[in-house]
Amino acid sequence: MRQAFFIFKREFRTYFVSPIAYIVISFFLLVTGWFFFTTFFLYNQANLRNFFSLLPIIFSFVVPAITMRLFSEEFNVGSYETLLTMPVTFLDVVLGKFMASVAFIAAMLVPTLAYPLTVGFLGQLDWGPVVGGYIGAILLGAAFSAIGLLSSSMTRNQIIAFITGMAICFCLVMIDKMLFFLPRFSLVFFQYLGADHHFQNISKGIIDSRDILYFLSISFIGLYGTHLVLQEKN
Amino acid sequence: MIHVESLTKYYNDLCAVDQISFDISKGEIMGLLGPNGAGKTTTLQILTGFLRPTSGSIRVKDYSIDEDSLQIKKLLGYLPESAPLYHDMLVYDYLNYVANIRRIDSSKKISRIRHLADLCSIREVMHKTINELSKGFKQRVGLAHAMMDDPEILVLDEPTSGLDPNQIIEIRDIIKQIGKEKTVILSTHILSEAEATCDRIVIINKGKIVANDSTQALKQSASGNNLISISLQNAKLESVKQQLTSISGISDILQVSDDNGILNLELTCMSAADIRGDIYKKVRQTDWILLEMHQETQTLENIFRELTREN
Repeated sequence: MRQAFFIFKREFRTYFVSPIAYIVISFFLLVTGWFFFTTFFLYNQANLRNFFSLLPIIFSFVVPAITMRLFSEEFNVGSYETLLTMPVTFLDVVLGKFMASVAFIAAMLVPTLAYPLTVGFLGQLDWGPVVGGYIGAILLGAAFSAIGLLSSSMTRNQIIAFITGMAICFCLVMIDKMLFFLPRFSLVFFQYLGADHHFQNISKGIIDSRDILYFLSISFIGLYGTHLVLQEKN
Repeated sequence: MIHVESLTKYYNDLCAVDQISFDISKGEIMGLLGPNGAGKTTTLQILTGFLRPTSGSIRVKDYSIDEDSLQIKKLLGYLPESAPLYHDMLVYDYLNYVANIRRIDSSKKISRIRHLADLCSIREVMHKTINELSKGFKQRVGLAHAMMDDPEILVLDEPTSGLDPNQIIEIRDIIKQIGKEKTVILSTHILSEAEATCDRIVIINKGKIVANDSTQALKQSASGNNLISISLQNAKLESVKQQLTSISGISDILQVSDDNGILNLELTCMSAADIRGDIYKKVRQTDWILLEMHQETQTLENIFRELTREN
Protein backbone atom coordinates (compact mmCIF):
# COMPACT_ATOMS: atom_id res chain seq x y z
CA MET A 1 0.00 0.00 0.00
CA ARG A 2 2.91 2.34 0.61
CA GLN A 3 3.76 2.01 -3.05
CA ALA A 4 0.26 3.23 -3.97
CA PHE A 5 0.91 6.33 -1.90
CA PHE A 6 4.16 7.08 -3.74
CA ILE A 7 2.49 6.58 -7.09
CA PHE A 8 -0.29 8.91 -5.95
CA LYS A 9 2.25 11.52 -4.89
CA ARG A 10 4.07 11.37 -8.19
CA GLU A 11 0.91 11.59 -10.29
CA PHE A 12 -0.48 14.43 -8.22
CA ARG A 13 2.72 16.42 -8.53
CA THR A 14 2.92 15.76 -12.25
CA TYR A 15 -0.47 17.42 -12.70
CA PHE A 16 0.84 20.65 -11.30
CA VAL A 17 4.18 20.54 -13.10
CA SER A 18 2.51 20.55 -16.50
CA PRO A 19 0.21 23.34 -17.70
CA ILE A 20 -2.70 20.90 -18.11
CA ALA A 21 -3.75 21.31 -14.48
CA TYR A 22 -4.00 25.06 -14.71
CA ILE A 23 -5.83 24.97 -18.02
CA VAL A 24 -8.39 22.45 -16.73
CA ILE A 25 -8.90 24.32 -13.47
CA SER A 26 -9.33 27.69 -15.14
CA PHE A 27 -11.71 26.21 -17.69
CA PHE A 28 -13.74 24.63 -14.92
CA LEU A 29 -13.87 27.80 -12.85
CA LEU A 30 -14.78 29.97 -15.82
CA VAL A 31 -17.63 27.72 -16.92
CA THR A 32 -19.10 27.16 -13.47
CA GLY A 33 -18.62 30.79 -12.45
CA TRP A 34 -20.24 32.08 -15.59
CA PHE A 35 -23.30 29.82 -15.49
CA PHE A 36 -23.78 30.30 -11.79
CA PHE A 37 -23.47 34.05 -11.49
CA THR A 38 -25.28 35.09 -14.69
CA THR A 39 -28.55 33.85 -13.24
CA PHE A 40 -27.76 34.21 -9.55
CA PHE A 41 -28.94 37.81 -9.17
CA LEU A 42 -32.05 37.18 -11.29
CA TYR A 43 -33.26 34.45 -8.94
CA ASN A 44 -32.31 36.56 -5.95
CA GLN A 45 -32.06 33.49 -3.72
CA ALA A 46 -29.17 32.73 -1.42
CA ASN A 47 -28.46 29.14 -2.41
CA LEU A 48 -26.06 27.21 -4.58
CA ARG A 49 -28.60 24.98 -6.25
CA ASN A 50 -27.75 26.32 -9.67
CA PHE A 51 -24.08 25.64 -9.21
CA PHE A 52 -24.62 22.06 -8.08
CA SER A 53 -27.22 21.29 -10.73
CA LEU A 54 -24.62 22.08 -13.36
CA LEU A 55 -21.77 20.10 -11.82
CA PRO A 56 -22.59 16.62 -13.21
CA ILE A 57 -22.67 17.78 -16.79
CA ILE A 58 -19.49 19.85 -16.40
CA PHE A 59 -17.75 17.00 -14.61
CA SER A 60 -18.60 14.63 -17.42
CA PHE A 61 -16.34 16.76 -19.64
CA VAL A 62 -13.70 17.83 -17.18
CA VAL A 63 -13.02 14.59 -15.29
CA PRO A 64 -12.18 12.48 -18.38
CA ALA A 65 -9.77 15.27 -19.37
CA ILE A 66 -8.06 14.84 -16.02
CA THR A 67 -7.85 11.06 -16.19
CA MET A 68 -7.12 10.59 -19.90
CA ARG A 69 -3.36 10.70 -19.54
CA LEU A 70 -3.02 8.50 -16.49
CA PHE A 71 -2.52 5.25 -18.39
CA SER A 72 -2.53 6.22 -22.06
CA GLU A 73 0.54 8.38 -21.72
CA GLU A 74 2.43 5.68 -19.85
CA PHE A 75 1.61 3.12 -22.52
CA ASN A 76 2.65 5.53 -25.22
CA VAL A 77 5.96 6.60 -23.70
CA GLY A 78 6.69 3.08 -22.49
CA SER A 79 7.22 4.14 -18.90
CA TYR A 80 4.52 1.64 -18.01
CA GLU A 81 7.20 -1.02 -18.45
CA THR A 82 9.57 0.63 -16.01
CA LEU A 83 6.72 1.13 -13.57
CA LEU A 84 5.50 -2.45 -13.65
CA THR A 85 8.93 -4.01 -13.37
CA MET A 86 9.41 -2.26 -10.06
CA PRO A 87 7.99 -4.12 -7.06
CA VAL A 88 4.43 -2.83 -7.34
CA THR A 89 1.14 -4.64 -7.80
CA PHE A 90 -1.63 -3.72 -10.23
CA LEU A 91 -3.69 -2.65 -7.25
CA ASP A 92 -1.02 -0.16 -6.16
CA VAL A 93 -0.91 1.33 -9.63
CA VAL A 94 -4.68 1.60 -10.04
CA LEU A 95 -5.29 2.99 -6.56
CA GLY A 96 -2.40 5.46 -6.76
CA LYS A 97 -3.65 6.91 -10.00
CA PHE A 98 -7.26 6.95 -8.84
CA MET A 99 -6.38 8.81 -5.64
CA ALA A 100 -4.33 11.32 -7.62
CA SER A 101 -7.30 12.06 -9.84
CA VAL A 102 -9.71 12.43 -6.91
CA ALA A 103 -7.26 14.65 -5.06
CA PHE A 104 -6.91 16.78 -8.16
CA ILE A 105 -10.70 17.16 -8.40
CA ALA A 106 -10.77 18.17 -4.74
CA ALA A 107 -8.06 20.75 -5.44
CA MET A 108 -10.10 22.00 -8.37
CA LEU A 109 -13.15 22.45 -6.14
CA VAL A 110 -11.30 24.43 -3.49
CA PRO A 111 -11.46 27.78 -5.35
CA THR A 112 -15.24 27.35 -5.78
CA LEU A 113 -15.56 27.67 -1.99
CA ALA A 114 -15.54 31.37 -2.82
CA TYR A 115 -19.11 30.98 -4.12
CA PRO A 116 -20.75 29.85 -0.87
CA LEU A 117 -18.66 32.39 1.03
CA THR A 118 -19.85 35.21 -1.25
CA VAL A 119 -23.43 34.00 -1.13
CA GLY A 120 -23.29 33.61 2.65
CA PHE A 121 -22.08 37.19 2.82
CA LEU A 122 -24.94 38.43 0.65
CA GLY A 123 -27.80 36.54 2.29
CA GLN A 124 -28.93 33.83 4.63
CA LEU A 125 -27.24 30.69 3.24
CA ASP A 126 -28.32 27.25 4.40
CA TRP A 127 -25.01 25.45 4.85
CA GLY A 128 -26.49 21.92 4.93
CA PRO A 129 -27.04 21.57 1.19
CA VAL A 130 -23.65 23.20 0.55
CA VAL A 131 -21.79 20.63 2.62
CA GLY A 132 -23.88 17.86 1.03
CA GLY A 133 -23.15 19.30 -2.39
CA TYR A 134 -19.41 19.21 -1.85
CA ILE A 135 -19.50 15.66 -0.49
CA GLY A 136 -21.57 14.70 -3.51
CA ALA A 137 -19.14 16.46 -5.84
CA ILE A 138 -16.24 14.43 -4.46
CA LEU A 139 -18.22 11.20 -4.77
CA LEU A 140 -19.27 12.10 -8.30
CA GLY A 141 -15.69 13.00 -9.15
CA ALA A 142 -14.49 9.68 -7.78
CA ALA A 143 -17.05 7.72 -9.80
CA PHE A 144 -16.20 9.60 -12.99
CA SER A 145 -12.47 9.23 -12.29
CA ALA A 146 -12.87 5.47 -12.11
CA ILE A 147 -14.68 5.50 -15.45
CA GLY A 148 -12.03 7.79 -16.95
CA LEU A 149 -9.28 5.54 -15.62
CA LEU A 150 -10.91 2.51 -17.21
CA SER A 151 -11.13 4.20 -20.60
CA SER A 152 -7.53 5.40 -20.26
CA SER A 153 -6.32 1.89 -19.49
CA MET A 154 -7.81 0.57 -22.71
CA THR A 155 -5.92 2.72 -25.20
CA ARG A 156 -2.58 4.37 -25.73
CA ASN A 157 -4.24 7.34 -27.39
CA GLN A 158 -5.22 10.09 -24.96
CA ILE A 159 -7.87 11.56 -27.25
CA ILE A 160 -9.65 8.24 -27.58
CA ALA A 161 -9.43 7.80 -23.81
CA PHE A 162 -10.99 11.25 -23.34
CA ILE A 163 -13.81 10.70 -25.78
CA THR A 164 -14.81 7.24 -24.50
CA GLY A 165 -14.61 8.42 -20.89
CA MET A 166 -16.68 11.48 -21.70
CA ALA A 167 -19.27 9.46 -23.61
CA ILE A 168 -19.83 7.08 -20.70
CA CYS A 169 -20.00 9.86 -18.09
CA PHE A 170 -22.29 11.93 -20.30
CA CYS A 171 -24.66 8.98 -20.75
CA LEU A 172 -24.77 8.40 -17.00
CA VAL A 173 -25.71 12.04 -16.48
CA MET A 174 -28.28 12.22 -19.24
CA ILE A 175 -29.94 8.85 -18.76
CA ASP A 176 -32.58 10.00 -16.28
CA LYS A 177 -33.51 12.90 -18.56
CA MET A 178 -34.34 10.41 -21.30
CA LEU A 179 -36.71 8.26 -19.26
CA PHE A 180 -39.53 9.55 -21.44
CA PHE A 181 -38.41 7.29 -24.29
CA LEU A 182 -38.00 4.17 -22.27
CA PRO A 183 -40.55 1.42 -21.56
CA ARG A 184 -42.42 1.82 -18.33
CA PHE A 185 -41.18 -1.30 -16.52
CA SER A 186 -37.55 -0.22 -16.87
CA LEU A 187 -38.01 3.28 -15.51
CA VAL A 188 -36.98 2.59 -11.95
CA PHE A 189 -33.89 0.77 -13.08
CA PHE A 190 -32.73 3.54 -15.40
CA GLN A 191 -33.52 6.22 -12.91
CA TYR A 192 -31.35 4.43 -10.41
CA LEU A 193 -28.60 4.23 -13.01
CA GLY A 194 -28.56 8.00 -13.60
CA ALA A 195 -25.74 9.83 -11.85
CA ASP A 196 -27.56 13.15 -11.88
CA HIS A 197 -30.51 11.83 -9.89
CA HIS A 198 -28.26 10.60 -7.07
CA PHE A 199 -26.13 13.68 -7.10
CA GLN A 200 -29.09 16.04 -6.86
CA ASN A 201 -30.36 14.09 -3.84
CA ILE A 202 -27.10 14.59 -2.00
CA SER A 203 -26.79 18.22 -3.01
CA LYS A 204 -30.19 18.91 -1.43
CA GLY A 205 -28.51 17.99 1.81
CA ILE A 206 -30.07 14.56 2.05
CA ILE A 207 -27.32 12.05 2.55
CA ASP A 208 -28.94 8.74 1.72
CA SER A 209 -27.00 5.48 1.87
CA ARG A 210 -28.48 4.47 -1.52
CA ASP A 211 -26.89 7.45 -3.23
CA ILE A 212 -23.55 6.94 -1.55
CA LEU A 213 -23.69 3.26 -2.41
CA TYR A 214 -24.38 4.18 -6.03
CA PHE A 215 -21.26 6.32 -6.36
CA LEU A 216 -19.12 3.82 -4.50
CA SER A 217 -20.29 0.97 -6.70
CA ILE A 218 -19.63 2.95 -9.90
CA SER A 219 -16.12 3.69 -8.58
CA PHE A 220 -15.62 0.06 -7.69
CA ILE A 221 -16.79 -1.19 -11.08
CA GLY A 222 -14.50 1.28 -12.86
CA LEU A 223 -11.47 0.40 -10.77
CA TYR A 224 -12.09 -3.31 -10.93
CA GLY A 225 -12.47 -3.06 -14.71
CA THR A 226 -9.19 -1.19 -14.91
CA HIS A 227 -7.54 -3.86 -12.82
CA LEU A 228 -8.84 -6.54 -15.16
CA VAL A 229 -7.69 -4.64 -18.25
CA LEU A 230 -4.18 -4.28 -16.84
CA GLN A 231 -4.04 -7.95 -15.93
CA GLU A 232 -5.21 -8.90 -19.38
CA LYS A 233 -2.61 -6.65 -21.02
CA ASN A 234 0.34 -8.87 -20.18
CA MET B 1 20.30 -18.36 -9.90
CA ILE B 2 17.88 -18.17 -12.80
CA HIS B 3 16.33 -21.22 -14.36
CA VAL B 4 14.25 -20.84 -17.49
CA GLU B 5 12.44 -23.85 -18.81
CA SER B 6 10.63 -24.29 -22.14
CA LEU B 7 9.46 -20.72 -22.16
CA THR B 8 6.93 -19.95 -24.89
CA LYS B 9 5.14 -16.74 -25.72
CA TYR B 10 2.53 -16.19 -28.38
CA TYR B 11 1.22 -12.80 -29.45
CA ASN B 12 -2.09 -13.97 -30.83
CA ASP B 13 -0.88 -16.29 -33.58
CA LEU B 14 2.67 -15.02 -33.73
CA CYS B 15 5.15 -17.12 -31.84
CA ALA B 16 7.70 -14.71 -30.39
CA VAL B 17 9.52 -17.10 -28.10
CA ASP B 18 9.51 -20.82 -28.75
CA GLN B 19 10.47 -23.35 -26.08
CA ILE B 20 13.49 -21.52 -24.71
CA SER B 21 15.42 -23.08 -21.84
CA PHE B 22 18.59 -21.85 -20.21
CA ASP B 23 20.24 -21.36 -16.84
CA ILE B 24 22.17 -18.43 -15.52
CA SER B 25 24.45 -18.82 -12.56
CA LYS B 26 25.36 -16.18 -10.04
CA GLY B 27 27.89 -13.55 -11.05
CA GLU B 28 27.63 -14.26 -14.73
CA ILE B 29 27.27 -11.68 -17.48
CA MET B 30 25.04 -13.26 -20.07
CA GLY B 31 24.53 -11.80 -23.50
CA LEU B 32 21.34 -12.46 -25.39
CA LEU B 33 22.06 -12.07 -29.07
CA GLY B 34 19.88 -12.26 -32.09
CA PRO B 35 18.73 -10.39 -35.18
CA ASN B 36 15.90 -7.88 -34.96
CA GLY B 37 12.62 -9.49 -34.00
CA ALA B 38 14.26 -12.67 -32.74
CA GLY B 39 12.47 -12.47 -29.39
CA LYS B 40 15.18 -10.95 -27.21
CA THR B 41 13.05 -8.19 -25.73
CA THR B 42 10.11 -10.51 -25.22
CA THR B 43 12.31 -12.97 -23.33
CA LEU B 44 13.58 -10.22 -21.08
CA GLN B 45 10.09 -8.82 -20.54
CA ILE B 46 8.87 -12.21 -19.40
CA LEU B 47 11.91 -12.62 -17.19
CA THR B 48 11.20 -9.31 -15.47
CA GLY B 49 7.57 -10.17 -14.91
CA PHE B 50 6.21 -7.55 -17.30
CA LEU B 51 4.69 -10.13 -19.65
CA ARG B 52 3.22 -13.43 -18.72
CA PRO B 53 4.47 -16.44 -20.68
CA THR B 54 2.01 -18.53 -22.66
CA SER B 55 3.68 -21.59 -21.20
CA GLY B 56 6.90 -22.57 -19.50
CA SER B 57 8.36 -21.63 -16.18
CA ILE B 58 10.97 -19.31 -14.74
CA ARG B 59 12.54 -19.69 -11.34
CA VAL B 60 14.71 -16.99 -9.84
CA LYS B 61 16.47 -18.29 -6.75
CA ASP B 62 13.65 -20.12 -5.03
CA TYR B 63 10.85 -17.99 -6.39
CA SER B 64 8.61 -18.94 -9.25
CA ILE B 65 7.45 -16.14 -11.52
CA ASP B 66 3.81 -17.24 -11.40
CA GLU B 67 3.48 -17.03 -7.66
CA ASP B 68 6.09 -14.65 -6.31
CA SER B 69 6.55 -12.15 -9.10
CA LEU B 70 6.67 -9.36 -6.53
CA GLN B 71 9.62 -11.03 -4.78
CA ILE B 72 11.39 -11.50 -8.10
CA LYS B 73 10.79 -7.87 -9.01
CA LYS B 74 12.54 -6.92 -5.79
CA LEU B 75 15.62 -8.89 -6.84
CA LEU B 76 15.67 -7.50 -10.36
CA GLY B 77 16.74 -4.21 -11.78
CA TYR B 78 15.51 -3.69 -15.32
CA LEU B 79 16.42 -1.13 -17.95
CA PRO B 80 14.00 -1.40 -20.88
CA GLU B 81 15.05 -0.58 -24.39
CA SER B 82 15.53 3.15 -25.02
CA ALA B 83 14.99 3.87 -21.31
CA PRO B 84 11.37 5.01 -21.20
CA LEU B 85 11.21 7.30 -18.16
CA TYR B 86 8.73 9.94 -17.07
CA HIS B 87 9.93 12.73 -19.27
CA ASP B 88 8.43 15.61 -17.31
CA MET B 89 10.24 14.84 -14.06
CA LEU B 90 13.54 16.12 -12.79
CA VAL B 91 16.25 13.47 -12.71
CA TYR B 92 16.64 13.85 -8.97
CA ASP B 93 12.89 13.66 -8.38
CA TYR B 94 12.68 10.59 -10.52
CA LEU B 95 15.46 8.76 -8.69
CA ASN B 96 13.92 9.80 -5.40
CA TYR B 97 10.58 8.38 -6.53
CA VAL B 98 12.23 5.11 -7.55
CA ALA B 99 14.01 4.95 -4.19
CA ASN B 100 10.67 5.40 -2.43
CA ILE B 101 8.94 2.72 -4.46
CA ARG B 102 11.84 0.36 -3.86
CA ARG B 103 11.53 1.08 -0.15
CA ILE B 104 14.96 2.42 0.50
CA ASP B 105 15.40 3.79 4.00
CA SER B 106 15.02 7.54 4.01
CA SER B 107 18.30 7.79 5.94
CA LYS B 108 20.20 5.93 3.22
CA LYS B 109 18.30 7.40 0.30
CA ILE B 110 20.37 10.51 -0.28
CA SER B 111 23.69 8.70 -0.06
CA ARG B 112 22.43 5.96 -2.38
CA ILE B 113 21.27 8.45 -4.99
CA ARG B 114 24.57 10.30 -4.70
CA HIS B 115 26.52 7.08 -5.11
CA LEU B 116 24.54 6.14 -8.23
CA ALA B 117 24.94 9.64 -9.64
CA ASP B 118 28.69 9.22 -9.35
CA LEU B 119 28.73 5.69 -10.71
CA CYS B 120 26.69 6.60 -13.78
CA SER B 121 28.22 10.11 -13.96
CA ILE B 122 24.91 11.95 -14.07
CA ARG B 123 25.80 14.48 -11.38
CA GLU B 124 25.57 17.48 -13.66
CA VAL B 125 22.08 16.63 -14.94
CA MET B 126 20.42 15.90 -11.60
CA HIS B 127 18.36 19.08 -11.76
CA LYS B 128 17.29 18.88 -15.38
CA THR B 129 14.02 17.42 -16.58
CA ILE B 130 14.39 14.06 -18.26
CA ASN B 131 13.13 15.22 -21.66
CA GLU B 132 15.98 17.75 -21.81
CA LEU B 133 18.56 14.98 -21.63
CA SER B 134 20.45 13.53 -24.54
CA LYS B 135 19.98 9.88 -25.33
CA GLY B 136 23.19 8.91 -23.57
CA PHE B 137 22.28 10.65 -20.35
CA LYS B 138 18.78 9.22 -20.46
CA GLN B 139 20.30 5.77 -20.77
CA ARG B 140 22.51 6.44 -17.77
CA VAL B 141 19.59 7.68 -15.69
CA GLY B 142 17.82 4.47 -16.70
CA LEU B 143 20.84 2.51 -15.51
CA ALA B 144 20.78 4.35 -12.19
CA HIS B 145 17.07 3.55 -11.96
CA ALA B 146 17.78 -0.14 -12.54
CA MET B 147 20.53 -0.24 -9.92
CA MET B 148 18.69 1.74 -7.27
CA ASP B 149 18.04 -1.21 -5.00
CA ASP B 150 21.50 -2.70 -5.52
CA PRO B 151 19.71 -5.63 -7.15
CA GLU B 152 21.27 -9.06 -7.38
CA ILE B 153 20.24 -9.39 -10.99
CA LEU B 154 20.45 -6.64 -13.56
CA VAL B 155 18.56 -6.98 -16.82
CA LEU B 156 19.51 -4.56 -19.57
CA ASP B 157 17.76 -4.42 -22.92
CA GLU B 158 20.11 -3.02 -25.56
CA PRO B 159 21.87 -0.76 -23.11
CA THR B 160 24.12 0.84 -25.71
CA SER B 161 21.76 1.32 -28.64
CA GLY B 162 21.89 4.80 -30.07
CA LEU B 163 24.91 5.94 -28.11
CA ASP B 164 28.08 7.43 -29.51
CA PRO B 165 31.30 5.37 -29.33
CA ASN B 166 32.58 7.14 -26.23
CA GLN B 167 29.34 6.62 -24.40
CA ILE B 168 29.24 2.98 -25.47
CA ILE B 169 32.63 2.42 -23.90
CA GLU B 170 31.57 4.22 -20.73
CA ILE B 171 28.38 2.19 -20.37
CA ARG B 172 30.29 -0.99 -21.12
CA ASP B 173 32.78 -0.19 -18.38
CA ILE B 174 29.96 0.40 -15.94
CA ILE B 175 28.38 -2.93 -16.88
CA LYS B 176 31.68 -4.74 -16.46
CA GLN B 177 32.19 -3.11 -13.11
CA ILE B 178 28.75 -4.18 -11.93
CA GLY B 179 29.20 -7.64 -13.41
CA LYS B 180 32.00 -8.37 -10.99
CA GLU B 181 29.50 -8.82 -8.18
CA LYS B 182 26.11 -9.11 -9.84
CA THR B 183 24.40 -11.29 -12.34
CA VAL B 184 23.85 -9.31 -15.52
CA ILE B 185 21.71 -10.23 -18.47
CA LEU B 186 21.97 -7.95 -21.47
CA SER B 187 20.54 -8.14 -24.92
CA THR B 188 22.24 -6.66 -27.90
CA HIS B 189 22.68 -7.11 -31.60
CA ILE B 190 26.17 -5.66 -31.56
CA LEU B 191 28.47 -8.66 -31.57
CA SER B 192 31.66 -6.96 -30.57
CA GLU B 193 29.86 -5.67 -27.52
CA ALA B 194 28.76 -9.12 -26.45
CA GLU B 195 32.26 -10.39 -27.08
CA ALA B 196 33.78 -7.63 -24.99
CA THR B 197 31.47 -7.80 -22.01
CA CYS B 198 29.79 -11.19 -21.72
CA ASP B 199 30.99 -14.39 -20.09
CA ARG B 200 28.35 -16.40 -21.85
CA ILE B 201 26.36 -15.90 -25.00
CA VAL B 202 22.95 -17.18 -25.96
CA ILE B 203 22.01 -16.62 -29.56
CA ILE B 204 18.36 -16.80 -30.44
CA ASN B 205 16.75 -16.68 -33.82
CA LYS B 206 13.02 -16.67 -34.53
CA GLY B 207 12.28 -17.44 -30.92
CA LYS B 208 14.56 -20.47 -30.70
CA ILE B 209 17.95 -20.86 -29.07
CA VAL B 210 20.55 -21.65 -31.71
CA ALA B 211 23.66 -21.35 -29.57
CA ASN B 212 24.35 -21.27 -25.86
CA ASP B 213 27.94 -21.38 -24.76
CA SER B 214 30.68 -19.43 -23.07
CA THR B 215 32.12 -16.62 -25.15
CA GLN B 216 35.49 -18.40 -25.28
CA ALA B 217 34.04 -21.67 -26.52
CA LEU B 218 31.95 -19.95 -29.14
CA LYS B 219 34.95 -18.06 -30.42
CA GLN B 220 36.99 -21.24 -30.59
CA SER B 221 34.31 -23.07 -32.47
CA ALA B 222 34.18 -20.15 -34.85
CA SER B 223 37.91 -20.14 -35.47
CA GLY B 224 37.94 -23.73 -36.80
CA ASN B 225 38.14 -22.35 -40.31
CA ASN B 226 40.73 -19.67 -40.75
CA LEU B 227 41.22 -17.41 -43.69
CA ILE B 228 44.65 -16.02 -44.57
CA SER B 229 44.99 -13.35 -47.20
CA ILE B 230 48.32 -12.83 -48.90
CA SER B 231 49.49 -10.49 -51.61
CA LEU B 232 52.43 -11.58 -53.74
CA GLN B 233 54.33 -9.75 -56.43
CA ASN B 234 56.16 -11.44 -59.19
CA ALA B 235 54.31 -14.72 -58.82
CA LYS B 236 52.19 -16.98 -60.97
CA LEU B 237 49.08 -18.62 -59.67
CA GLU B 238 50.04 -22.15 -60.76
CA SER B 239 53.43 -22.11 -59.16
CA VAL B 240 52.03 -20.59 -55.97
CA LYS B 241 49.44 -23.34 -55.79
CA GLN B 242 52.09 -25.91 -56.38
CA GLN B 243 54.31 -24.56 -53.65
CA LEU B 244 51.71 -23.89 -51.01
CA THR B 245 49.60 -27.02 -51.24
CA SER B 246 52.47 -28.88 -49.64
CA ILE B 247 51.88 -27.03 -46.41
CA SER B 248 49.64 -29.14 -44.26
CA GLY B 249 46.44 -27.49 -43.22
CA ILE B 250 45.70 -25.47 -46.33
CA SER B 251 42.56 -26.81 -47.89
CA ASP B 252 41.87 -24.30 -50.58
CA ILE B 253 43.59 -21.50 -52.47
CA LEU B 254 41.47 -18.89 -54.10
CA GLN B 255 42.53 -16.05 -56.35
CA VAL B 256 40.79 -12.87 -55.36
CA SER B 257 42.33 -10.55 -57.93
CA ASP B 258 45.39 -10.02 -60.05
CA ASP B 259 46.22 -6.39 -60.68
CA ASN B 260 49.50 -5.24 -62.19
CA GLY B 261 51.31 -8.39 -61.34
CA ILE B 262 50.20 -8.35 -57.71
CA LEU B 263 48.46 -11.57 -56.87
CA ASN B 264 45.90 -11.44 -54.09
CA LEU B 265 45.06 -14.83 -52.69
CA GLU B 266 42.83 -16.19 -50.01
CA LEU B 267 43.91 -19.37 -48.29
CA THR B 268 41.44 -21.44 -46.34
CA CYS B 269 42.98 -23.54 -43.65
CA MET B 270 41.20 -26.09 -41.58
CA SER B 271 43.28 -26.38 -38.46
CA ALA B 272 43.32 -23.86 -35.70
CA ALA B 273 47.13 -23.92 -35.73
CA ASP B 274 48.89 -20.84 -37.02
CA ILE B 275 50.54 -21.68 -40.36
CA ARG B 276 51.67 -18.20 -41.29
CA GLY B 277 55.24 -19.08 -40.40
CA ASP B 278 55.18 -22.04 -42.78
CA ILE B 279 53.85 -19.86 -45.55
CA TYR B 280 56.57 -17.30 -44.99
CA LYS B 281 59.27 -19.99 -45.12
CA LYS B 282 57.91 -21.24 -48.44
CA VAL B 283 57.79 -17.74 -49.88
CA ARG B 284 61.38 -17.09 -48.82
CA GLN B 285 62.57 -20.02 -50.88
CA THR B 286 61.21 -18.41 -54.05
CA ASP B 287 61.75 -15.02 -55.69
CA TRP B 288 58.22 -13.80 -54.95
CA ILE B 289 57.89 -10.57 -53.05
CA LEU B 290 55.56 -10.79 -50.10
CA LEU B 291 53.65 -7.54 -49.84
CA GLU B 292 51.02 -8.44 -47.33
CA MET B 293 49.85 -11.33 -45.24
CA HIS B 294 47.21 -11.34 -42.56
CA GLN B 295 44.98 -13.79 -40.86
CA GLU B 296 41.35 -12.91 -40.75
CA THR B 297 40.38 -13.59 -37.22
CA GLN B 298 37.00 -15.15 -37.49
CA THR B 299 34.98 -13.60 -34.77
CA LEU B 300 31.50 -14.23 -33.55
CA GLU B 301 30.22 -12.48 -36.60
CA ASN B 302 30.60 -15.50 -38.83
CA ILE B 303 29.05 -17.91 -36.44
CA PHE B 304 26.23 -15.47 -35.83
CA ARG B 305 25.61 -15.09 -39.53
CA GLU B 306 25.70 -18.82 -40.04
CA LEU B 307 23.25 -19.53 -37.25
CA THR B 308 20.76 -16.81 -38.00
CA ARG B 309 20.78 -16.80 -41.77
CA GLU B 310 17.47 -17.25 -43.53
CA ASN B 311 16.97 -20.93 -44.26
